[in-house]
Amino acid sequence: MTVVETTDASGMVMTKTAEGAEVLAEAAVPAAGAHDVKVAASKVSVFYGEKQALFDVTIDIPARQVMAFIGPSGCGKSTFLRCINRMNDTIDICRVTGKIEIDGANVYDAKIDPVLLRARVGMVFQKPNPFPKSIYDNIAYGPRIHGKAKAGSEMDAIVEKSLRRAGLWNEVKDRLREPGTGLSGGQQQRLCIARAIAVNPDIILMDEPCSALDPIATAKVEELIDELRERYTIVIVTHSMQQAARVSQRAAFFHLGHLVEEGETERMFTNPSDQRTQDYITGRFG
Amino acid sequence: MSASILAGVLLTLCLVGYVWGRIKSGALKTGGMPLHSIPAYHGYFVALWCGIPAFLLVLIWLAAENAVVDALVISSLPAYLTAGVDDARMSLVISEIKSIAGGRIFGTPDAALLEAAERYNALRETASLAMFVCALVVATAGLSFARARISPEFRARNNVDGILRWILIVCSVLAILTTLGIVLSLVIESLAFFRRVPVTSFLFGMEWSPQTAMRADQVAAEGAFGAVPVFWGTIFISAIAMFVALPVGLLSAIYLVEYADERVRSTVKPLLEILAGIPTIVYGFFAILTVAPFIREWGMSMGLSVASNSALAAGGVMGIMLIPFISSFSDDAISAVPQSLRDGAYALGATKAETVRQVLLPAALPGIVGGVLLAVSRAIGETMIVVMAAGLTATLTANPLEGVTTVTVQIVTLLIGDTEFDSPKTLAAFGLGLVLFLSTLALNVIALQVVKRYRERYE
Repeated sequence: MTVVETTDASGMVMTKTAEGAEVLAEAAVPAAGAHDVKVAASKVSVFYGEKQALFDVTIDIPARQVMAFIGPSGCGKSTFLRCINRMNDTIDICRVTGKIEIDGANVYDAKIDPVLLRARVGMVFQKPNPFPKSIYDNIAYGPRIHGKAKAGSEMDAIVEKSLRRAGLWNEVKDRLREPGTGLSGGQQQRLCIARAIAVNPDIILMDEPCSALDPIATAKVEELIDELRERYTIVIVTHSMQQAARVSQRAAFFHLGHLVEEGETERMFTNPSDQRTQDYITGRFG
Repeated sequence: MSASILAGVLLTLCLVGYVWGRIKSGALKTGGMPLHSIPAYHGYFVALWCGIPAFLLVLIWLAAENAVVDALVISSLPAYLTAGVDDARMSLVISEIKSIAGGRIFGTPDAALLEAAERYNALRETASLAMFVCALVVATAGLSFARARISPEFRARNNVDGILRWILIVCSVLAILTTLGIVLSLVIESLAFFRRVPVTSFLFGMEWSPQTAMRADQVAAEGAFGAVPVFWGTIFISAIAMFVALPVGLLSAIYLVEYADERVRSTVKPLLEILAGIPTIVYGFFAILTVAPFIREWGMSMGLSVASNSALAAGGVMGIMLIPFISSFSDDAISAVPQSLRDGAYALGATKAETVRQVLLPAALPGIVGGVLLAVSRAIGETMIVVMAAGLTATLTANPLEGVTTVTVQIVTLLIGDTEFDSPKTLAAFGLGLVLFLSTLALNVIALQVVKRYRERYE
C-alpha cells in the first residue's frame, strides 16, 4: 500500500512534476496483495428526483482485479459505477446517500474535491469519445490540466507510456498530430483508455466499453483490460455475459436497483446462489 | 366584374370539382371496384385541375391586359396626336387619357382625348368580361377533363403528388427570380453611376461629399465620391458593435448552456429573445435619447469632447441588438457538442471552466464563427439605428467619440427628398448599395460554409 496510502484529497494532488513522475514509476510496481479492498461501498442509494434508482448497495471491490457488474438494462449498474467517481454530480436532479470509501476515505465527504477524485478514478465510456484534438493532445489533456508534467520531453514520455500501455503506440506513433477522431472505433476506445491511464489513476471504471465495437476490436480491448489488471483496479459494466466471464475475476449481479449477488465470477456463473441470477445467466430474462 | 367575384366563383368551382371527384370515385368503390387511390385523392385531383389552369390564365391575362389596351387606344388616336411623338410624350398622353377615364378631368382636354378615354373604359370593361368568361371556360374544361380520367386504376394519389411537386418548384423559382431581379436592378443603376464616376476613384477615393448641382444654373460643389470614409464608418461601427455583442452574447450562451439550471434557463432565454424582437427603430430611440447623452456627459465630465452622434453610441446600441443573435447561435453550437465529450473531460478531472474552454469551445467554434459572421453582416446592413444615432459627415477617424457616417446612412440621405435619377448624387446610392450587397453576400457565403463544415462533423 505504498502508493495508495494517502487517504485525503490533498495527498492526491501531484502538483510537482517530480512527484508526479515518481508516482508514475511507483504505480508500475504491484505493491498490494490481491485481496485488499480498494473500494468499499455501504448502503449506497441513488435518487433521480423522486425516483429511487439504487437501493442500499453494499459491496467491496478488491484491488488489482477486474470486477464486472452485470444485469439487465436499467438495473442500476451504470448508476452505481458513476457514483464511484461522482460523475452523478453532473446531473442536477441526482442525489446519492450512503458511503463509498476508496482506501478508507469516503468520496462523498465534504473534504473531497470531486475534480481531484476523478483524476484518481479514471473512466471509459460506452461510446468512444476522443476530444476533437490530435492524438497527442487527447492523451496530454489530463496531465496538462492537473499540472502533472511539463510540456516537452516529460509530456512526450507520458504520452508514449500511456499509449504503450493501451496497446496503441505501434499503430499511432507516426501520426500523433492527427486528430483522434480519425481513428477507427476500436482504436478510439483504446485512445480513451490511454487518456484515462495518462493521469495515473488507481481505479478505471468502464461503462460497457465494447458495446459500440466490432468483435475484433472487442477482443483487443478485452486483452488490454486483462493486462491493465496488473496495475489498476478495474470495474466494468457489461451486457455481455461472455465478456464478464472472459475478463473478470469477480462479478456482481444487479436487478431492479438491488445488488442481488456478488462473488467470484467462476462461482457466479456455474453455481449462482440466487434464483434471479440463475435466470439471468441462463438467458431466461434480460 | 370584380376580381373578388371571379376568385369566389373559381374557388366554388374547385370545391364542386373536389366533391364531384370524390362522389364519382366513391361510387366506383361502392360498386365493388378496387380503387388505386382513396376517393379524397380523386377529389383533390379534380379540384387542382379545375383551379390551377384558370388561375394561371388570370395571371397572364392581367399581366398582358394593360399593354394590349394601351396599344389599342393609341392606334385609334387621330394622327395629329401621334405623329412624330416620342415614347416619353406618348406615355404622358396615355396617362392623361387614363385620368380622364377615371373621372379626374383637368382644364379642357382635346375632344379626341375625351373620346379615347371613353373607348379606354369600354375596352377595359370588355377585357375583364372576356377574362371572366375565359377563366370559367378553362376551369370547366379542366374539371371535366380531370373528372373523365377517374377510373379504378387511375393513380390519383401519385398524380396529386406530381402536381404538388410542380407547385413547390414554381414557388422556389419565384424566390430565386426575385433575388436575381433585385440584384440586376442594383447592377444596372450602379453601371450608370460608374459611367459618370470611375470605379477606382469611388472605391479608393478618400473624400466623400456628394452635394452636386440639382439644376444647371445652380452654384454648387462638383461633388466628391470617394467611398473609403463611408465604408470606414460602417466597419468602425460594426467593430464597436461586435466588441459589445461578442463577449456578452458568447458568455451568456455559455452560462445558459453549461451553468444555469433548467429553471433559470427557461426564464432567461425567452427574456433574451425579447431583445431580438425589439424593432431597430426603438433601438434608435434608445441610442439617441439615452445612450448618446449619457456618453456625452460622461465624456465631458472627463474633459473629452464628444460628438452628439458618436460612433460609440451607435455601435454600442447596435451591439446590444446583436447580443441575442450571437447568443442563440453560440447556444445552438455549444448544445450540439455531444454530452460524451463533456463526460470525457469531467471524468479526467477537468473543472467546468476547463471543460468549456478546452473542449466545448474548440468543438463548437465553427458554429460560433458562423453565427458571428452572420451577425457582422447584419451589423453592416443595419440601417435604422445608424440613421438615427450616427452622424452624416464622412470622417476618417479611429476615435469612437467622434461621429462617423455609414454606407446605409448615406444611401438613405442620398435618396431622400427631391432627387433626379440621372445625377451622380442619386446614382451613388446604388454604387454604395452594390458594394454593401457584395460584402454581406461574401460574409454570408463564408458563414454558411463554416456552419456546414461544422454540421458534417457531428451528424
